[in-house]
Amino acid sequence: MNSWDWSNVDTFMPRFWDGLLVTLQALVLGTLIAFSLGLVWAIAQRSENTWIRWPVTAVTEFIRNTPLLVQLFFLFYVLPEWGPAMSPLTTGIIGLGLHYSTYTAEVYRAGINGVPIGQWEAATALNLPKTRTWTAVILPQAIRRVVPALGNYVVSMLKDSPMIAVIGAFEMLGEAQAYSNETFTTEAITIVGVAFICIAYPASLLIRVLERRLVQ
Amino acid sequence: MMTSGMFWTWFLPGIWVTIQVTIYSAALAAAVAFIVGPLRTSRFWIVRFLAGTYFEIFRGTSALVLMFWMFFALPLFGWQLVPMWAGVSALGLTYGAYGSEIVRGALAAVDPAQREAGIALSFTRFQRLRRIELPQAWPEMIPPFNNLLIELLKGTALVSVITVADMTFAGNLVRLGSNESAPIYTLLLVLYFVIAFVLTRGMRVVERHAKANIGQAPEKQPGFLSRKLSARGESAQAGTQSAGGIG
Repeated sequence: MNSWDWSNVDTFMPRFWDGLLVTLQALVLGTLIAFSLGLVWAIAQRSENTWIRWPVTAVTEFIRNTPLLVQLFFLFYVLPEWGPAMSPLTTGIIGLGLHYSTYTAEVYRAGINGVPIGQWEAATALNLPKTRTWTAVILPQAIRRVVPALGNYVVSMLKDSPMIAVIGAFEMLGEAQAYSNETFTTEAITIVGVAFICIAYPASLLIRVLERRLVQ
Repeated sequence: MMTSGMFWTWFLPGIWVTIQVTIYSAALAAAVAFIVGPLRTSRFWIVRFLAGTYFEIFRGTSALVLMFWMFFALPLFGWQLVPMWAGVSALGLTYGAYGSEIVRGALAAVDPAQREAGIALSFTRFQRLRRIELPQAWPEMIPPFNNLLIELLKGTALVSVITVADMTFAGNLVRLGSNESAPIYTLLLVLYFVIAFVLTRGMRVVERHAKANIGQAPEKQPGFLSRKLSARGESAQAGTQSAGGIG
């Protein structure tokens, strides 16, 4: 460590907190999109109507098997040709949310498949309408057991969030990169790397606790 | 439309670079996974602890941040990595950590009686691992490895950020050169999807062979890309993603 300089750490810290705030903002909003959209995909994939089921499956498989980075470029450079231009952060949040919604859809799907068939039959026997079967019988049981798996994808999303720096959003990596380019130093990028471990490791411990409490 | 010169001089070689980066980092990740995975079941706590620490650190960092760090910060400590090798090492070390969890999980799922039989026949630890445990754990590992390989392929797009001329990098160049972004990015997404499809098909062939080798019939899998996971598979994969502590 011949070139570590604590004064660089001091000057970078205010910008680090700004970046952390943007990262968390992207993470929270992206998670909201991913969780809600994923549920929509999962239910649509079980639809009896082929014209809903097939296109939704095709689109989610496509999004899930292509890189988030290229999707972000697509949203940022191609979409404004047809619709309104969005800020880098908004684009990033939508990109993260959309990409991870295809993963959460698989998680919900696994959870829904895990609900015993008798529950469906009981709902039919009680003559419950379709919406009530979903909201009162199936989803409460399905979601409970997939909460840890969903949590894992939040951690994954946190680790993918630096990608939005590439389209110009100033989250942690973006701030570190800007600072490093101005000062020709590398402390900032090291701090950000350590920060990711400091957030991701306790988060995964928390998920482990959840796993033990909810799944059985 | 795209300027054809750009397309031939950058984009086609870019596809080859993407494939190369995928192969090299997959090889590195496999090596790391098969070394660190068994070490995490070692009987010495210090070995378990060190392997566990490796796993937690590389699973906790973002691959992109690690790549940046290797590219910009390592030279100051005296190592200058060629951009492509900085990218390959970052991807290989990160995905190797995920892979080690798959190897560990599959080894743990082998019937304990098999290990005991190995002890009874006075095999050494290494012989037991090589002759008894790994061959039986291997078919179990292939579906999660397939998922990881696709994640790795998607991860290779990140190397474009540290100036490796892969197909995403070339796509950006074409956009800058022609001011047409829709065709090139659509083509890029389709190409990644096609490569992912080919890899998944290949892995299914490998799985069928591996299962046949230990006398199991292959399972029928649904879905046109067949990367969908069963409820059991999803929770198993969830386990490899981030839950779990040291040891």
